[in-house]
Amino acid sequence: MMASSYSAKEEDGHHSGAPGPGGVNAKSRKPDNTAFKQQRLPAWQPILTAGTVLPAFFIIGLLFIPIGIGLYVTSNNIKEYEIDYTGVDMSSPCFNCSQNYSWNSTKPCTCSVAFSLDQPFESNVFMYYGLSNYYQNHRRYVKSRDDSQLNGNLNSLKDPSKECEPYRTNDGLPIAPCGAIANSLFNDTLELYYNDPNGTKIPIRLVKTGIAWWTDKHVKFRNPVGDGSNLSAVFQGTTKPVNWQKYVYQLDTDPDNNGFINEDLIVWMRTAALPTFRKLYRIIEKQGDATPTLPRGNYTLLITYNYPVRSFEGRKRMILSTISWMGGKNPFLGIAYITVGSVCFFLGVVLLIIHHKYGSRSNNADIAS
Amino acid sequence: MFKEKPPPEEERKVRANDREYNEKFQYANNCIMTSKYNIITFLPVNLFEQFQEVANTYFLFLLILQLIPQISSLSWFTTIVPLVLVLSITAVKDATDDYFRHKSDNQVNNRQSQVLINGTLQNEKWMNVRVGDIIRLENNQFVAADLLLLSSSEPHGLCYIETAELDGETNMKVRQSLPVTSELGDPNSLAQFDGEVICEPPNNKLDRFCGTLYWRENKYGLSNQNMLLRGCVLRNTESCYGLVIFAGPDTKLMQNSGRTKFKRTSIDRLMNTLVLWIFGFLVCMGVILAIGNAVWEKEVGFLFQSYLPWDPPVDNFLFSAFLAFWSYVIILNTVVPISLYVSVEVIRLGHSYFINWDRRMFCQRRNTPAEARTTTLNEELGQVEYIFSDKTGTLTQNIMTFNKCSINGHAYGEVIDTLGAQPKRAQRLDFSFNPLADRDFCFYDQNLLDSVKLGEPAVHEFFRLLSLCHTVMSEEKSEGELMYKAQSPDEGALVTAARNFGFVFRSRTPSTVTVQELGRSVTYALLAILDFNNIRKRMSVIVRNPEGKIRLYCKGADTLLFERLHPCNHDLMNVTSDHLNEYAADGLRTLVLAYRDLSEQQWEDWAERRRSAERAADYREDRLAAAYEEIEQDMMLLGATAIEDKLQEGVPETIAILSLANIKIWVLTGDKQETAVNIGYSCKMLTDDMSEVFIINGHTVQRVREELRRARERMIESARSREGGKEGVMDWAACSLENGFGGQSGEQGGWHPQQEEKPQQGSPPAPALPSLLDSISGEYALVISGHSLAHALEADMEREFLDTACACKAVICCRVTPLQKALVVELVKKHKKAVTLAIGDGANDVSMIKTAHIGVGISGQEGIQAVLASDYSFSQFRFLQRLLLVHGRWSYLRMCRFLCYFFYKNFAFTMVHFWFGFFCGFSAQTVYDQYFITLYNIVYTSLPVLAMGIFDQDVPEQRSLEYPKLYEPGQLNLLFNKREFFICIAQGIYTSVVLFCVPYGVLSQATRNDGIPLADYQTFAVTVATSLVIVVSVQIALDTGYWTAINHFFVWGSLGAYFTILFAMHSNILFSIFPNQFHFFGSAQNTLIQPVVWLTIALATVVCIVPVLAFRFLKLDLKPQLSDTVRYTQLVRQKKRKPGGRGGRGAHGGVAGLGGGALGRLGRAGSRRSGYAFAHQEGFGELITSGKNMRLSSLALATFASRHSASWIDTLRKKKQQPPQPGGEGSPASSYTAPLSTSSSMLGPPDTQAEETGNTPLGLAPSGSSSAVTPTPVRSPGGESTGGWVVSLGAVQVTPTASAPVSGLTSRISFHV
Repeated sequence: MMASSYSAKEEDGHHSGAPGPGGVNAKSRKPDNTAFKQQRLPAWQPILTAGTVLPAFFIIGLLFIPIGIGLYVTSNNIKEYEIDYTGVDMSSPCFNCSQNYSWNSTKPCTCSVAFSLDQPFESNVFMYYGLSNYYQNHRRYVKSRDDSQLNGNLNSLKDPSKECEPYRTNDGLPIAPCGAIANSLFNDTLELYYNDPNGTKIPIRLVKTGIAWWTDKHVKFRNPVGDGSNLSAVFQGTTKPVNWQKYVYQLDTDPDNNGFINEDLIVWMRTAALPTFRKLYRIIEKQGDATPTLPRGNYTLLITYNYPVRSFEGRKRMILSTISWMGGKNPFLGIAYITVGSVCFFLGVVLLIIHHKYGSRSNNADIAS
Repeated sequence: MFKEKPPPEEERKVRANDREYNEKFQYANNCIMTSKYNIITFLPVNLFEQFQEVANTYFLFLLILQLIPQISSLSWFTTIVPLVLVLSITAVKDATDDYFRHKSDNQVNNRQSQVLINGTLQNEKWMNVRVGDIIRLENNQFVAADLLLLSSSEPHGLCYIETAELDGETNMKVRQSLPVTSELGDPNSLAQFDGEVICEPPNNKLDRFCGTLYWRENKYGLSNQNMLLRGCVLRNTESCYGLVIFAGPDTKLMQNSGRTKFKRTSIDRLMNTLVLWIFGFLVCMGVILAIGNAVWEKEVGFLFQSYLPWDPPVDNFLFSAFLAFWSYVIILNTVVPISLYVSVEVIRLGHSYFINWDRRMFCQRRNTPAEARTTTLNEELGQVEYIFSDKTGTLTQNIMTFNKCSINGHAYGEVIDTLGAQPKRAQRLDFSFNPLADRDFCFYDQNLLDSVKLGEPAVHEFFRLLSLCHTVMSEEKSEGELMYKAQSPDEGALVTAARNFGFVFRSRTPSTVTVQELGRSVTYALLAILDFNNIRKRMSVIVRNPEGKIRLYCKGADTLLFERLHPCNHDLMNVTSDHLNEYAADGLRTLVLAYRDLSEQQWEDWAERRRSAERAADYREDRLAAAYEEIEQDMMLLGATAIEDKLQEGVPETIAILSLANIKIWVLTGDKQETAVNIGYSCKMLTDDMSEVFIINGHTVQRVREELRRARERMIESARSREGGKEGVMDWAACSLENGFGGQSGEQGGWHPQQEEKPQQGSPPAPALPSLLDSISGEYALVISGHSLAHALEADMEREFLDTACACKAVICCRVTPLQKALVVELVKKHKKAVTLAIGDGANDVSMIKTAHIGVGISGQEGIQAVLASDYSFSQFRFLQRLLLVHGRWSYLRMCRFLCYFFYKNFAFTMVHFWFGFFCGFSAQTVYDQYFITLYNIVYTSLPVLAMGIFDQDVPEQRSLEYPKLYEPGQLNLLFNKREFFICIAQGIYTSVVLFCVPYGVLSQATRNDGIPLADYQTFAVTVATSLVIVVSVQIALDTGYWTAINHFFVWGSLGAYFTILFAMHSNILFSIFPNQFHFFGSAQNTLIQPVVWLTIALATVVCIVPVLAFRFLKLDLKPQLSDTVRYTQLVRQKKRKPGGRGGRGAHGGVAGLGGGALGRLGRAGSRRSGYAFAHQEGFGELITSGKNMRLSSLALATFASRHSASWIDTLRKKKQQPPQPGGEGSPASSYTAPLSTSSSMLGPPDTQAEETGNTPLGLAPSGSSSAVTPTPVRSPGGESTGGWVVSLGAVQVTPTASAPVSGLTSRISFHV
């Protein structure tokens, strides 16, 4: 197949078609004289000069170092206490419980860990459980949920999304809540006792609401609305997740914290980004100005040990932490800021020296003069 | 379409009027098809073609992968939306192109032609014409197929054709039928014609045909003289009959038109390579992550099954790893985003529009703006290293004007004010006294007219000569409306000049010439025409005037004529010689005129000798030449003429600026050598400063090889001697040696008054302009003729030729065929990894235009063939500098910056997944929300980089013309190459590391200020995504050098769009409608309210940007590029600018002065070149005296005239020469080489050069040249924008470039240009 340049020549006056200078017959095809078409748009033409770059470095340095110091100091003032209660060691109080690999052991195993706080924890104290080597961010895990079901959609309640497989149905009944995330809900119970110097164990009140995002609790998660106010009736025709011991409507007695809007469930359903994570478990509210929330002294952590992690070499921790304007303890941020600020400042100095010693710009200004 | 091809023909047998017989051979019919698709085949064929693109197939493959649920790590829509977009855009474009091809084919195929069927003429469409048919052609019709001319309406079976469509020559050619067939005048006798032609198979040789006609038991040889080829136009011939020999695709025209190749830019190719590499990289990452997955599933995942069981088909870690590999291929595919290709196309389209919109590339006279006909090559315009230019119509306007003359020692001519840039021209002369004057003729020197009117005998004789000594034919349609038909435009110009000055050539018969001399009609008896040929370089006529006196009038090249003058002319000759030097220096084509009175006796004797020479059986040519030689002696000098082969406007300036930009310019022309060289001088390609101009003119392989070798030796020799000489002494010696040689041979004509002047003129300003270009190889030029080129292009010599040619600064190939033009381009393309650009205006340039990387068509007068084949078209050669130095440069810069940034941003974006893989069990979990992934390339980051790719400018356009060196990075491919690519990739990977690690470090520990941990997946995703968008926005802000409002709008708009879309996607409304699609509900609000998140983002941004900033600053500070310096200079100038102050004058003053000075000097350098204004072949003289062509159809001429009424000279074109007479090839070369290879003394001492270049960072010498050389005005051929180049440069530096106030010392300076 030949492609060619050959084509019909315009026989009718191609030659005479070009108008002379005075040709008024043809419309001028002269392009418009607009700044846009002529590429003359007014523009700011920045250039990296010593006058702009070096001050920028110093400014960054001078900004970052104080911020870093502030962050570091704030972070250092936060008190945090962490116990690993997995029970890997023989000596660990929870060793026996951790030997129990099964999910469905009917008899709850409890163990208690004693610890002492050297410093009193002021203001609200937040109690976390932490898991390590736990892949909540695994692709198959992350997608194994049905947000529509959790949002109270009745259709999804009865017919959960395929994403929930293999935890979609059990014995022909749809699982509520379906999916691997819900199925693996963290179900250890942690209780905290203050060992009064006089020997009595005072239970510390743990608030179990307000631990989830407001939007999750009030918008994203909703119980399905059924005929009656009775949750169990609404969930009629569904079954509990395989690993659960109770139904979703039995999670709590408080109707505002039961079913899908149970905050423990909500917290768990907000999957972690990294395999080592912590999740807020309870809040210990400040009682009054007089006494610290957690005074200095000995404490006992009573664990109802249900959640097996040793099968995959996971770890379980309990963390107590106070909080500041910028959140919990986070030394990384402060150090990073100080480092980056210093590096910038240092770079600024180095560049300044280089510029003064070797900068070729200054001596070829003769182009311009 | 895919018909099985019959075996190649060995010979073709055609029997006239016998369709049955001819059908046996299955010859192609006359239908042509250049289109690619029809309606049914379009979709499959087009899709098939598109999926041959690696990228498209790749995305299709990805799409299929995404449909597998176990693999799909991303939603299907992330790939399909852009893919469909790309495919449909391309399909629409292809369909439009093909539609126009269909239209054009249809028009051609449906043209009507008269076919002789069963003895009657019937109208048939072209496509129905068969081989063996006899068709009738009428005047001004296109020839429908390759025909054997049988008979014509003209006597002797002559007919005239114009072959512009075929080879670009618009002069007329004569074709003649065989005498036996020329009598077949009427359809009836033609219907009886049953001759059979046996001839060569279809081929692409335009100038050759060989075959035999068998008719009535006789054999007749056929040659190209008997053929009318498709594409020609019949002229001046009422009608003719022809037998179709080749039809449709077999015609020589179609055989000659090469395939249209899809042109790709080098960036395209690089991009494709890089994409392949990235693909390899992608596979590597996939493999790494798959191995990771295998290990993880084995060590951890297997145990973790109580929480997360394997998906059903997966039963072991290896299978899981296999799936993970594909999953990762999907999520990492964004390293090669499909939007890359779309964006590149969009940017190129934008650049094309800027070319179309450029007012400075708009030609007012022709009302044509520049047009980017191909939108895919723009950035290649910034990388051109070789320009191949046609001459006629491209460099020159192909208008010859009688410009100056020297009569009897008195010079007449244009009056130009030599000081101002604007020549103040005298009033155009009024020729109204002469009713026969040509109104288009311009002359400005009143003195000449006065002399004519005063009756100065020399002046009268001068014009009488011009009116008598030529081979022009005239046609007088009505009284006073004279039409000249000249074979060469030069002759036309001379005869027209004589006409206007009162010596009107009116008519001729074979033996008389009638001239209207100042109103008095005089008829001269034409005794003999001693015609021009290449060796003689002169022509004479011998006439007898009414008084009975016999006189020989001769015009010819000065070197030859001066030898044949009577010694008493010595003084006059010196004066004339001075004038000739002036003319030659101005690039004018000169002729010397002389006469000789002959006595009756002398004439009789000589006529007898000539007759015997003519009768001679052997060596007829030589004997004739000898006879001519004999009579052309002892002539009396009359004067000289200077004809200007009008250059296009601004050609010398453009060439100068382009060569400053290190672009090599080769002229490929069908013209003869002398004309080409002359133009080379007048457009400053060749200068007298050149060390040597090599002429390769050999006819044999050995000869050519020898000449090439010698040229190389000379170059090496002088380079060595120059290197050797520490001081200028040695060098000087070497040069003067050369100079002596050249000078001597240049003196062969003797009596050069400039002899003493030459060294003095040559030496002092030597190191100015040329030394900056290529100080090593010196200044050489190569002129090679077509027949030598044919040898030089053979496989074993092409390398040698190329090396020699590339060492030269200018190369001129003359008398090349269209195919050779393409071959030369192909050669350079093949062996030099350089971008080539071909520019031409005629159909003969089409092959070259198509072959070169970039083809530019001059939308001039020679039809639209070149434009149709071209990638860019405009109407003036000078626009080329703007196309390359401004548009090309910017396009390249923008494309490179775009690509760098694009790869960077996608690596920064994608590689985060890789790092995250190590923390999510290699499960191909994405870091970002899927909507972010879909929109990142389409919405969040596309527009700012597009704006940069379309609008960015590093230096203002005036600067790129001012500092042509700015063009160099493109030629050296500095801005985007593999190294740059790896830097971008490294930067991207670094950014991705930072973007992952900083949030990881911060968020893994952090909690919100209400105690809730921040390390949940969605917060992490939002934080990383936001940091990414901000980092890449800051990066584009750093990369953008030219912040227009649009850039601001896009950059800020993209950021705004990101946050808007983020909040929208995470909003209540969308979640409540599709809770399963918008998992990220609430994340934006909850995340971005946290101060820690913002601190993280700020930290990540700073960590990403600071090294880049430091690196760029260092590069700029320590090793600034020229563009940086220019840009900086501009800034400094802004700061220093005081009202009326001329802060930045130095550089520009220097450059302008240099440019102007250089050009001026080049123009004035006074060595003698013999340029002469013969550009036609011999042979017309014979036609005239034989009287064969005396009957011109008045009808034909009338139509011809009306079509060309604008300027009749336009139509008078040079005639391409037949190969010169054998035996004479040596002499033109040698006699020509000599005067050219003159003043090597211009080279000057090398150390001065070094110094000059060394102390100026721009590589342009600002000083020295301006003092050494007084700027001389550049003679502008166009007149209206005289010296535009110099003036514009001057204007730049004086005009305050900014109006913005200076805003202090340290702070940023904003300025507008």
